[in-house]
Amino acid sequence: MTATEDLLTVEEVSLSFGAVKALREVSLTLRRGEITALVGDNGAGKSTLVRCMSGIHRPDAGEMTFDGDVVTFRTPDDARDAGIETVHQNLALVEDLTVWQNLFLNREKTIGAFPFRLLDRRGMKRDAGRMVSALAVNVPAVTSRVRRLSGGQRQAVSICRAASFSSKLVIMDEPTAALGVQETAKVEELIRKLRDDGHAVLLISHNFEQVLRLSDHVWVMRAGRCVGGRRTATTTGEEVVGLITGAIPA
Amino acid sequence: MTAPTAEAPPGGAQPGNAVLERAKDLSFWAEWASLVGLVLLVVIFQSANSTFLTSGNVEAMLVSAAILIVLTIGQTFVVSTGGIDLSVASTMTFAAVSFGLTYVHTHQLWLAMLVALLAGAAIGVVNGLIVSKGKITDFIATLGTLSAASGLALILANGKPTTVIDPLLLKLSSGGIGIFGYSFVIAVVVAVIAHVVYFRTRFGTHVLATGGSIEAAAATGVRTMRVKLAVYVIAGTLAGLAAILLVARVGAAEPAANTAFLLNSVAAVVLGGVSLVGGRGSIVGPVLGALLLTALTNGLTLVGVSEFYQPLSVGIVVVLAALLSRFQK
Repeated sequence: MTATEDLLTVEEVSLSFGAVKALREVSLTLRRGEITALVGDNGAGKSTLVRCMSGIHRPDAGEMTFDGDVVTFRTPDDARDAGIETVHQNLALVEDLTVWQNLFLNREKTIGAFPFRLLDRRGMKRDAGRMVSALAVNVPAVTSRVRRLSGGQRQAVSICRAASFSSKLVIMDEPTAALGVQETAKVEELIRKLRDDGHAVLLISHNFEQVLRLSDHVWVMRAGRCVGGRRTATTTGEEVVGLITGAIPA
Repeated sequence: MTAPTAEAPPGGAQPGNAVLERAKDLSFWAEWASLVGLVLLVVIFQSANSTFLTSGNVEAMLVSAAILIVLTIGQTFVVSTGGIDLSVASTMTFAAVSFGLTYVHTHQLWLAMLVALLAGAAIGVVNGLIVSKGKITDFIATLGTLSAASGLALILANGKPTTVIDPLLLKLSSGGIGIFGYSFVIAVVVAVIAHVVYFRTRFGTHVLATGGSIEAAAATGVRTMRVKLAVYVIAGTLAGLAAILLVARVGAAEPAANTAFLLNSVAAVVLGGVSLVGGRGSIVGPVLGALLLTALTNGLTLVGVSEFYQPLSVGIVVVLAALLSRFQK
């Protein structure tokens, strides 16, 4: 563990879309090597906050510190370069491409020099096989098209992509929303494995049982504010629900 | 979309049943429609008229296929991103007129060729900017440039053809290596380069990713708008190259409409198993599709069918191919 325990610190971040105040002075921290959950009702601002972290939105005010540096992400590429990977709700896989092509999309390995830079297909397939088998439980063949994979396998591929390339923080937006019971269990296993491999994970979920099962820390958002954080070990489902609905004042 | 819960089937089935399985698999036929169709046509026309496969006729067919092949390759790149370039044939006409006028005024063949390529590329840039920056549907944007480019060609040429006689051009259209005319050789070289770009470069992967899912491609940081611009520039530049081949063949730069080339380039792409919504395709397929369409026209002429029936037959073949492509997985 390096200098501080905190990997990402969000301080007083605000963002408005016209008259709508999507985020109001949100402050929270994410620790290294932990699964942090972010919960809240629809429209509480979870997705907006996450979009700020992954470079899609830029906050109007406030400061984010990532891995010891104050950061300003202008594009998703900036966030990715810093080491923040996002697994999007809609998975963001190209169905007509193969597993290895998706894993390396826009990060293709090449051989030769410009203008004769060709894809290192063999190298990418080999590394993709390694990436997938290191993480996934239900291993898909790296040469199969994503279209042919099950929902759980697709999610596994998305998570593999996010977990690789030396990312420090993996953000997951509802990673099991579209999955069945068994596949959910497998993806949860995968999320724990990510943490055990040293990645910090930010998990957005509507499933309280899942949050309590998986996370080390929970932050609760309500109406654009971060209304509180609890260590998962010392809280209960009732308390979290109370924070979300406002029954328990922050 | 509902995801199947079953695991993906393992790569190879039992080798004994493989051939039979493939024969039953409609998706296999859909993927290779252009090759199967081409073989079928060759067999039919050869049995109807034995001059069909003589070296003289094959040579003529390959040369006349060259222009369509070059146009089709450009079209393939555009269609692979989920777009369509309706302006390819007009762009070729515009480039041909630019070529003719430059040649007549300067008598420098290389300069004229360069101007043809640049003229094509310029229309491609316009298409690409309208589609990517202007956010106009490909269909409408290129429908506009279709009309604009042929109009420009008419204005520049003042409606009259320009005769272009140059020994090198003559050699380009009549010379060759064995039965392979130079223009066909050029088309094959373009096809090989296109194949490498399509399957072996980052750009090719990004083209397919943009066509497959523009959101997913953008989410991973692929510059999808730049990719869209690039494919139109490729299509335009190749239309410029096709213009050079066309002028060499005809011996003149005409501001004629060349609509058949547009329809045939789209037809060849469909025959070649390229998905019209983007994301899947090949270069070999559309090239074979272009050869098929050329063989069809040539064969029909050879067996004495009136040329009025040719557009009808092309139409039927294309619709059949499109129906078959629905079974593609």
